[in-house]
Amino acid sequence: MTWIITADRPVYLQLIEQMELAITAGEYRAGGKLPSVRELAAEASVNPNTMQRAMQELEARGLVKTQRTAGRTITEDETMIQTLRKRKAKEQIEQFWAAMQKLGFTRDETLSMLQNEKEGA
Amino acid sequence: MEAILSCQGLTKLYGMKPALSDFTYDFAKGRIVGLLGPNGSGKTTLLKLAAGLLTPTGGSVRVCGMEPGVETKKHVSFLPERNYLPTGMRVRETIDFFSDFYADFQLDKAAEMLRDLNIRPEDKISAMSKGTREKMQLALVMSRRAELYLLDEPIGGVDPAARDYILNTIIRNYNEDATLVLSTHLIHDIETVFDDVVLIGGGRAVLAGSVDSIRETHGKSIDALFREVFRC
Repeated sequence: MTWIITADRPVYLQLIEQMELAITAGEYRAGGKLPSVRELAAEASVNPNTMQRAMQELEARGLVKTQRTAGRTITEDETMIQTLRKRKAKEQIEQFWAAMQKLGFTRDETLSMLQNEKEGA
Repeated sequence: MEAILSCQGLTKLYGMKPALSDFTYDFAKGRIVGLLGPNGSGKTTLLKLAAGLLTPTGGSVRVCGMEPGVETKKHVSFLPERNYLPTGMRVRETIDFFSDFYADFQLDKAAEMLRDLNIRPEDKISAMSKGTREKMQLALVMSRRAELYLLDEPIGGVDPAARDYILNTIIRNYNEDATLVLSTHLIHDIETVFDDVVLIGGGRAVLAGSVDSIRETHGKSIDALFREVFRC
């Protein structure tokens, strides 16, 4: 997968977000095996300890599991992935509202613009 | 926290001119540390002191608890900033030379890295470009199974693709108990690879901490912070 690390925020938070996106996008399937921390770190050009920290956080959130013999796998719990998808969608919507507000559009104006888009205007 | 390289009030004068003055920092075991500072800030002097190539004017430097010397050189793999490969040799001879010299040299690792970098065993050192020599030196230094790697500007002279390969090599190959100290002013390309960074200016440690905690506290990248701290 492609990793993009921006300048403004801690690296491990960005790694977590991008892993979550990869999981919701199906790039990593439910129950699928993850590459090793070192492999992922090399892929993202980040410090292995930072990647390890991100993986531990994903584990704490229940999205990733450590198998005794098989390294790390993605959770098999589809509901959990769906919940994550909805949370990600909500984040996107909130960002969108904020950006439109910055451009000077009210919610109603934005909604009608969206309606027009939908109708292909 | 166990320190593999410990500097206490470390000072080095060249004549009357201080290159390093009262530098204090403990480099922890198992970390990749960026030593960042503008030109003439004391980066090379610090690494040379740790490698045992210079002796301090004041203060102390300890590697694995010992004064730098014959014993510590077994544990330290040092990449100097300048070219030091013997120009009369071929790649194969240079590898044999390193292998004879250092008990922890891993021939298979060296062969693998040089293959990846398209450097052939029969190539002559004298016929190599500056960048290729740098890559070759780095491959040799990283082929040792050392406890402390000191790399002075390892990415300065190589092209961006080779830079990526070098960073990848570092991430994939360095062993978890080892510490790697890397000096550079090309921070942007490399800051996400570090656990910790030490900003050095005027021979002193100006700011130090883990990359993520600095990003968290200052809300900006190490690169941006560097430009702010060392604004000319």
